[in-house]
Formats: sequence, structure tokens, C-alpha cells
Amino acid sequence: MMKSPIRRRRLLWIAAIALTVSGTAYGVIRAFSENMVFFYTPTQLLAGEAPAGRSLRIGGMVEAGSIEREPGTLTVRFRMTDQDRTIPVTYTGVLPDLFKEGKGAVAQGELNNGVFVASEILAKHDENYMPPKLKN
Amino acid sequence: MLAELGQLLLALALASTLLVGVQQMLAFQRGGFDANAANRLLSVTAFTSFGLTLGAFALLAALFIGSDFSVLNVAENSNTLLPVQYKFAASWGSHEGSFLLWNLMLCGWTAALAVASRGLAASYRARVLTILILLQSFFLLFMVSSSNPFERLLPAAPEGRDLNPLLQDPFMVIHPPMLYMGYVGFAVAFAFAVAALMERRLDPTWARWSRPWANAAWSFLTVGILLGSWWAYRELGWGGWWFWDPVENASLMPWLAGTALIHSLAVTDKRDALKSWTILLSIVAFALSLLGTFLVRSGVLTSVHAFATDPRRGIFILSMLTLIVGAALVLYAMRTRDIGLGGRFGKVSRESFLLANNVLMTAALGAVMLGTLYPLFAEVISGRKMSVGPPYFEAVFVPLLLPAAYLMAAAPGLRWKEQTLSVLLRPMAIATAISLALATGWVLLLGPFKWLTALGLAGGLLLIWGTLDHARKQLLKVGGETGHPLPLTTRMQRLGASYWGMVLAHLGVAGFVIGVTMVKSYETEQDIAMKQGQTVEVGNGWRLTFVGVDRVNGPNYVAQHGVFELTEGAGQVIYLLEPQKRMYQAGRQVMTEASINYGVFRDIYVSLGDPVEAKPTDAVSDLSWGVRIYMKPFMVWVWLGCLMMAVGGFVTLVDRRYRLRRAATVPASAAASPTLGGGTGAQGA
Repeated sequence: MMKSPIRRRRLLWIAAIALTVSGTAYGVIRAFSENMVFFYTPTQLLAGEAPAGRSLRIGGMVEAGSIEREPGTLTVRFRMTDQDRTIPVTYTGVLPDLFKEGKGAVAQGELNNGVFVASEILAKHDENYMPPKLKN
Repeated sequence: MLAELGQLLLALALASTLLVGVQQMLAFQRGGFDANAANRLLSVTAFTSFGLTLGAFALLAALFIGSDFSVLNVAENSNTLLPVQYKFAASWGSHEGSFLLWNLMLCGWTAALAVASRGLAASYRARVLTILILLQSFFLLFMVSSSNPFERLLPAAPEGRDLNPLLQDPFMVIHPPMLYMGYVGFAVAFAFAVAALMERRLDPTWARWSRPWANAAWSFLTVGILLGSWWAYRELGWGGWWFWDPVENASLMPWLAGTALIHSLAVTDKRDALKSWTILLSIVAFALSLLGTFLVRSGVLTSVHAFATDPRRGIFILSMLTLIVGAALVLYAMRTRDIGLGGRFGKVSRESFLLANNVLMTAALGAVMLGTLYPLFAEVISGRKMSVGPPYFEAVFVPLLLPAAYLMAAAPGLRWKEQTLSVLLRPMAIATAISLALATGWVLLLGPFKWLTALGLAGGLLLIWGTLDHARKQLLKVGGETGHPLPLTTRMQRLGASYWGMVLAHLGVAGFVIGVTMVKSYETEQDIAMKQGQTVEVGNGWRLTFVGVDRVNGPNYVAQHGVFELTEGAGQVIYLLEPQKRMYQAGRQVMTEASINYGVFRDIYVSLGDPVEAKPTDAVSDLSWGVRIYMKPFMVWVWLGCLMMAVGGFVTLVDRRYRLRRAATVPASAAASPTLGGGTGAQGA
């Protein structure tokens, strides 16, 4: 069957557009799934629910009296709790203003031999932020 | 008394807008109404509701300035110690107040339209005004029923809780009004589109009516986003300026849709093409403005749980969003065939490049939407909390929007309708090669070669060249080629304000692209513990010396006040950086106030952390502080680039083409032809 050149060209265009659209969508979704960061509570983390070797976020309360600063450096150790389980966290750097004992915090980083090594402590836009579990 | 009066004014505004809006809608249904009488009534209603809302807003501001803590809103967001300009700004610092401001803007836009739209066809104008007045009544209903800014607190609080210290900043005073001007401004384009759908026909001059309003809204939104971002940079204290936070994305989504809209409107205006798509974008831009308001103001972002515990407001906004947008989209689906696609154009033409802009903007919009909304849905459905951070958005945005810079360089030089590829290809290929070579040299001068940096810089350079070269050619074309060239100012006038607005905005984009590329590629960040008298190297060639920390008292805070000397090389002190750590008295919140030395080619940024625990062996003089130091190259280019985009948008507004004449009485063909001498003709060519 003969196809007119116009129709063939139109078909080519449609194919090219479909290819571009699906290619873009694939790229976006891949970037999305590669950069998903899941949020865990200390209990979930200690129960081994989190995948190893992937950046993740933990949320909880900074346990009262747990902040220890290493003298002469910016390294801080503290424990984060969801009131069931507690996990030690270390972080080196300047802490955000809203970081306080007894307040909610979110840390991003990786679990390393039972210690959560944070690369970032998140400053929440909202100071009233509390992890969902503590709210009730 | 004032509070009750304010409430009364809002109730009156609600009653008048709802009555008139519904009555007009019914009249449209029945048909056969007197459009001129309707317009008189609608104009009066628009002015009345603007006056009433303005009155209510003034009363709220007076309550804030007078620190009347028997009003809940004032008690929660103000304090007697607060400086007066922040007391005023606190009127829109709260949820309730911000909605009042939102509605005030909507009333303002409607009143402005009532004045400026006399040239529209009477029946069309009546529909546009009715839609805007109905929108007002929805928001007034929301305020009166579930978000009353004048709610009493009895007994009155002895002292207010103070405005969130983060918001006590001059930029935050103007950020929300600008942002809302943008959000609400898209309501006008929305009303134009929906009215066209209701009338089942698109006047050829429709796009020309709609354009200045869309441009104005887009420009305000650009300023609003710029101020928000700059505020984050200065005030959050941690050197970031765009976090891809949902709050920010909520304003970026309507901006992207708006950017697509103002470009597709250009095609519809000049070529009567892409009509159906332009209508859809007008609806989508406003829908996303509403969505942005919903996301930020419903509490759904802080936590979906917070939303679930007090869902009343969120549900109200969500149903309003669904109703307004849903109705508009249903109407669109039913009527879009009557509107038609409009004129056709070739694959290489100005239209096709503007369409490419639209495709890229829409794709970017989709990507932001996915990254912003998916985590919310995922949490509601599966209970799992997750997020996608900046790496996702950056991975998606660079490949989508960098090509836009290259396309933008070529687009203004293209003819409408059809252009042979070869005419475009040769000069562009040469310019691209030169830009790439310059950018490569630039990158190599700064260190090892990074191809993405080179592509970004080349995109910016090419865009500057393409924009300016086209402007030069246009200036020659409108009377500079003859033996006696016309004066430059005359020729510039002939090209028209909307052309120069476009030139400014595109140069702004170029500056923005260069700024972002430089800052993302070469910024340095150090978190260190510094002792008094200690000096550190910052970036390439600057030194920062920590002088010390003392205490200072502000109006409503006390601060640890750090002093750092900035020197260039081994030379003299060029700037004193004075970051603070403030403790606000009312709420005992601690806030970091960064100090920035701005420069054309780099910012030096310092913020003060906590004092570092001393080692047992340390003397008192050895006390050191945690300090964060940034060197941000070309940061100012990002701000100025955005500012130029916005200014460009505002410049287009004075274009004489957009002045509404009594076009309705003139046949469509006459109205569409250039009536302003050579100006529009040259620009359209």
C-alpha cells in the first residue's frame, strides 16, 4: 500500500514526538526514584526497616540532656528518640537555630554501625514541627 | 469596636458580591439581558467590594498598629515591642490576614479591570467582571465562615505572642503582597479565558486584551519569588537560596505556567494560533495559583497529620479549588472545539520556537508537581513519609531548561509562520561556536574543565548575543539603514515597549543562567570553629579575620554580635562583616542573622553558630565560635537577572498596542491591523 509522503512525514513527526515525550518522562521518573529519600523513626531504623547504604532521613525528638559537644571542634553527638527507641547521632558542622534538646528534629544521613552519621540537620521552616508520632 | 466593624465590612462585601455575581450568572443563562446596565452594576459592585475590603484591611492594620490584643489574630502575631513597620506587616503574617490581603488584591485587580475594560465588547466585559466578582465572593465566604481575621480573644491577652522573628525583615514585608499580586493577577487571565468559553467565541483581539494582565501578574509573581528567595538567603542564615521546599515549589508552579502563558499569548495575539492551548494555560496558571495557596495555607505541608487534625480550612480551600478549576475545565472540554486551534505554522518559525518554550515549561512544571505532590499522596495512601530533595529537581531542571536558553537566543530572529532552516542555521552555528569557545576559556581559567558549567555559561553568553544582535538589526530596520538615519530614540519608540520589555527580560534570563551556573559550580562552604584573632582563607584570595563577639540590644531582642574583617589578599580591610545570633524576647526564639558582603562577582557570607566548648587546657581568650563561611560567585547575577525579567514584564505594559480602544465597535479585521504607524508592523515582521 502506498502512503503519501505527507502522511509518512506526519507519522515520522508523531513518532519523534512520542519518543521525546516518553524519553523525558522516563528521565524524570528515573531521577525521581533515584532521589527518593524515605523518612524513618528511630524504632523503624533499629528494626532494620531501612535499606543499607542509602541516604535517609530520621525524625524524632532530641533527647533531653543528650547533647555532647566535642571540645574545640564542631562535632556534636546526641540521641534522637521516638519515645520507644533511641538512636545515637553524630554531626559535624554548625547547627540550625531551631535545634534544641527536647525539640523535634530531622537528620539526613546514613546509618553506620548503629550510629546515624548526619550530613545535614534540617532547619524546619516551622518551629512548631513535631514528628507525627509524638503528636497524638 | 474596630474588629466588629471590620467583620461587618467583610460581611457586606460578601453579600454584595454574592448577590450580584449569582444574579448576573442567572441572567447570562436566561439570555437577553441589557449588557450595558449589567456593566454599570458590575462596575459599582467591583468598586464597592474593593472599598469594603480595603476598609476591612485598614481596620485590621489599625488593630495591629494599636496592639489590640483582644483580637486573637493580633495577640498571636504581634507584640508591643515590635517595630511599627513589622506591626503593619504582621497584618498579613497570619493565615487569616494573608487571606484578607489575597482578597484585597483580587478586589483591586477587579476594580482596575472595571476601569480599564471599557473598550471591551459589553457582553464579554460583563462576563469577565461577573467571574471575578464571583471569585471574590468565594474567598469572602471562606473568610467570614472559617477564617475570620477579626476573631475576638476574651479576655484579652496582656501581651502578644510576637511575629515569627523569621518574618521580621524588610523583604518579608513586601514578599507576600508581591506574590499575591501575581497569584491573583492570573485570575484576570482566567476570567478572560472562561468568559471566552462562555461566549463560545474567541475575539481575534482577545489575546491582546489578556496579554498586559498576564504580563503584569507574571512580573509581580517574579518579584515575589525573587524576594522570597533573597529573604531565604539573608534570613534563614544558612546560605541557601532555593531549597526546592514545597512552599517554594508552590510559587514556582504558577510561575512556570505563567511563563508558558505569556509566550503562548504572544502567538495567539500576533498569529491567532495556539488558541485552545492558550485558553487552557490561562486556566492552569490560575489553578496552580490556587493550589499554591492551598498547599501553603492549609497546613498540609507541615504534616498531612496537621491537616487531618484541623481539616476545616484545608477542605474549604480544596473544595473551592475543585469547584472553580473543575467548572472551568469542564467548560473548556465542552467548548474548546468552538474556539478552534487557530492558524497553522511551519516547523521552523517563531511560533514553533515559542511552542517549544511552552513544551519545556510544561515539562518542568510537571516535574516540579511530581516532586511536590507525590510525597503528599504517598503519605496519605501508604502512611510512609518520604521526600525528594534538591538532587532530583536539579537532575530534572538542568536538562529541561538549559536548552531553553539556546532556543531563546534564536527565537526572536525567526520569522512568523515559516522560515527556511538554513537562514537560521549559519549565523546561529557561528554564534554558538564562539559562545562555547568563550565559555570553555572561562571555565579553564577558573580550574579544571567542567562541561556542564561550560554549557551553562555558553547558553547565557549566546542568549545575550542573540538578544542584542536582534535588537541591533531591528533598530536598523526601522529607519537606520537610510543615508539619514532617524534618531535612536525615535527608532526605539517605533519598536514598541513590549519589544524592549522582551529584550530586558531575556537578558535577565541570561544573567540568571550565568549566575546560577557560576554559583553552583564554584561556591565554597566552610563550617569551622574560629578563635578570636584567627584568620581563614575564603575562596580564592580573600581572608576573613575573626575580631570577636560582644552583646548588643535590639528593640525586641538581644544579640551576640560577631565582628569579622574581610581583606583582599594581604591588603587592607575592605569590609566588616557583622553576623548576629539573636534571641527574641517574646518567644525566646533564637535566630541567626547572616552578614553578607555583596559584590558584582562574588558574595562573602558569614553566619555565627554557637560558642564551641573549650578544651580543659584552653585559656579564656581561646574561646572559639562555630562559624559558617561561604564564597558565592556571581550570586548578585541571580537576583538582578530575576529583577530584569520582572522589570521587562512591567515595561511591556506601557506598550500602546495594549491600550484598549473601543475595539468592539470596529470590525475585527480593522482592529487586528496595525494602527500605530510602523511600530507594530516592524515588530511583527
